[in-house]
Amino acid sequence: MTIALSQFEEVRLDRVSRDFGTLNALRDISLTIRRREFIALLGPSGCGKSTTLNCIAGLLPVTGGAIWLDKHRVDTLRPEERGFGMVFQNYALFPHLNVRQNIGFGLKMRGTLKAEMDRKVDEALSLVRLQGQEHKLPGQLSGGQQQRVAIARAIVIEPPLVLMDEPLSNLDAKLRLEMRAEIRRIHNELGATTIYVTHDQDEALSLADRIVVLRDGVIRQVGTPKELYEQPAHLDVADFMGFRNKLKGRVLSSTNDRAVIDVNGAQIHGIAREKLSSGSSAYAAIRPDDLVVGEPGPNSLAVTVDTIEYRGREFVGTAHSHGGHDFVFRSHVSVEPGSQIHLHAGDERILVFAEPIQGRA
Amino acid sequence: MDALAPTPTILEGPSLRQRLAAYGFDAVTLLVVPAAIFSLLLFVYPFAFGFILSFEPKAGGDWLANYKRFFSDPFLYETIGKTLGLAVPVTLLNLLIAVPIAFRVRLMRRQRLLTTILVLPITLGTVLVAEGLLNYLGPQGWFNRTLMTFGLISQPLKLVHNYWGVFASLVITGFPFTFLLTLSYVTGIDPALEQAAATLGASAWQRFRHIYLPLLMPGFAITFCLSFVQAFSVFPSAVLLGEPAGLTRVISIAAYQAAFEEYDYPMASAVAMIMGFVQLAIVVAVLASRGLFYRGPASGAKG
Repeated sequence: MTIALSQFEEVRLDRVSRDFGTLNALRDISLTIRRREFIALLGPSGCGKSTTLNCIAGLLPVTGGAIWLDKHRVDTLRPEERGFGMVFQNYALFPHLNVRQNIGFGLKMRGTLKAEMDRKVDEALSLVRLQGQEHKLPGQLSGGQQQRVAIARAIVIEPPLVLMDEPLSNLDAKLRLEMRAEIRRIHNELGATTIYVTHDQDEALSLADRIVVLRDGVIRQVGTPKELYEQPAHLDVADFMGFRNKLKGRVLSSTNDRAVIDVNGAQIHGIAREKLSSGSSAYAAIRPDDLVVGEPGPNSLAVTVDTIEYRGREFVGTAHSHGGHDFVFRSHVSVEPGSQIHLHAGDERILVFAEPIQGRA
Repeated sequence: MDALAPTPTILEGPSLRQRLAAYGFDAVTLLVVPAAIFSLLLFVYPFAFGFILSFEPKAGGDWLANYKRFFSDPFLYETIGKTLGLAVPVTLLNLLIAVPIAFRVRLMRRQRLLTTILVLPITLGTVLVAEGLLNYLGPQGWFNRTLMTFGLISQPLKLVHNYWGVFASLVITGFPFTFLLTLSYVTGIDPALEQAAATLGASAWQRFRHIYLPLLMPGFAITFCLSFVQAFSVFPSAVLLGEPAGLTRVISIAAYQAAFEEYDYPMASAVAMIMGFVQLAIVVAVLASRGLFYRGPASGAKG
């Protein structure tokens, strides 16, 4: 293989901050990315994930902290001196250059010899499966093809780090799944190190080796997809990981990793994910899949069904309780809208979180 | 107008109205009429009138006599070269100054204040600027007096009533227009393209040379044409600040003299026609060269 990415051990973000005037877009982001890792930066819009990526790429200067590539400090370098490959959300292909010229642009800027450039561009073209399209202009390509050109253009310069800023958000649903698999394939084939920004937890869960959840410019949790999915550390992370039912209650007791909270008179037993003190407010978080229609009893809440939708293998319903909580649940049997049912979840399926601090929720 | 009435026949296929609509002609098309009449009365008719008049020499004789006279009299035909000698360098200089300023202003948040200041010379008009320059650059003007006070020169520089006076005035009045056009082209380019080029290792100069310049060339061509046409028809500053009998005897002065000093309207029309033709030739040449460059949308993404 002629495309051989530059080797290094780790990229280290050391308390990186970025202020826009008085707004702290990033606050003390510390993170170590190891070689060959696929890292996803996940969070809602405005959480600072794109800012982080732009700071790493050098498109935005950091206002505090440092970025290290092994022993070299890179945050003081201009973007053209860093040599990180970047894939932009709108692809940012050069409209006046054809596919081959777009991909070869970085090599040309480096003064690569023609023969070597041709060989590398050919290989990049075959890696993203765009042979035969090399003389088209970007405007003549479909969205998926443009994305492939953007990826080829970023990796052909053999960057130590590939940065991707929501690369799939402009594609339709079917193409998105296809390109997701392509991105992971290219990452594996090249042995690349990738930082991937997304607001889609499915993308992050399916692509990444490690996920970094950001919120309001702060890292909330770092972990493998499995860790984040099964053990979210905070309520907002849980929310992102599909715990759509959040029931506010009061802590009755909390021992080790177990907690009992009172939700409108019903006792809910669950796993405590944060430090809880008796009498304080807390949230029980439950995935729709884990809420089943059952009998009155422990961990069971009486609700009124609002809607029920047929989804093929199961039904998805919404309901509300007396206490004003809304529920989303799945069921194998249909239930009538307006009917009274009991929703139940197992102790192991309920996570209990402390009430988020204001402004950080 | 009968043809526009709906035809009730079914066998004949689509009615005339439907067929016209397929080509984009419908009742809304009629809204073009006022504009068409306007341009017919105020542009096409005077132009055609002048064109025909130029072939009817006042002194009689050959129908091409006016044109023959123009191209045989150096006092007349040299005006083309003199006008081009002013208009082309002025337009190029304006474009050359406007580009770096536009690149800087593009990044500014208080663009409005700056553009307002820059646009001011347009609103002042050429005569006021010419009068101002006469005082400022004249032998007793501030400019020469300042230089002499500091001992940089011993004799006042001759900056008015020559080529440079007209040149300065054309730069001042033409720059804002060139700048505003350039700014709109520069800001029309997706900044992500430059960022992408930077991450690919292109230095600031390479980004300009390989990304901005090729994408801006068509816009620069249009800007050049519009600025050039303005500068080519220079008249007040050539008279007030220049040497209207000598070096800055531009083509519009020749037309003016023919019309209002010799009262030879056919000759004046001929000069105007030649003036129009020279402008047209330059504009067509510049626009045709646009074909050498990419002319699509200046952003990478589709739609």
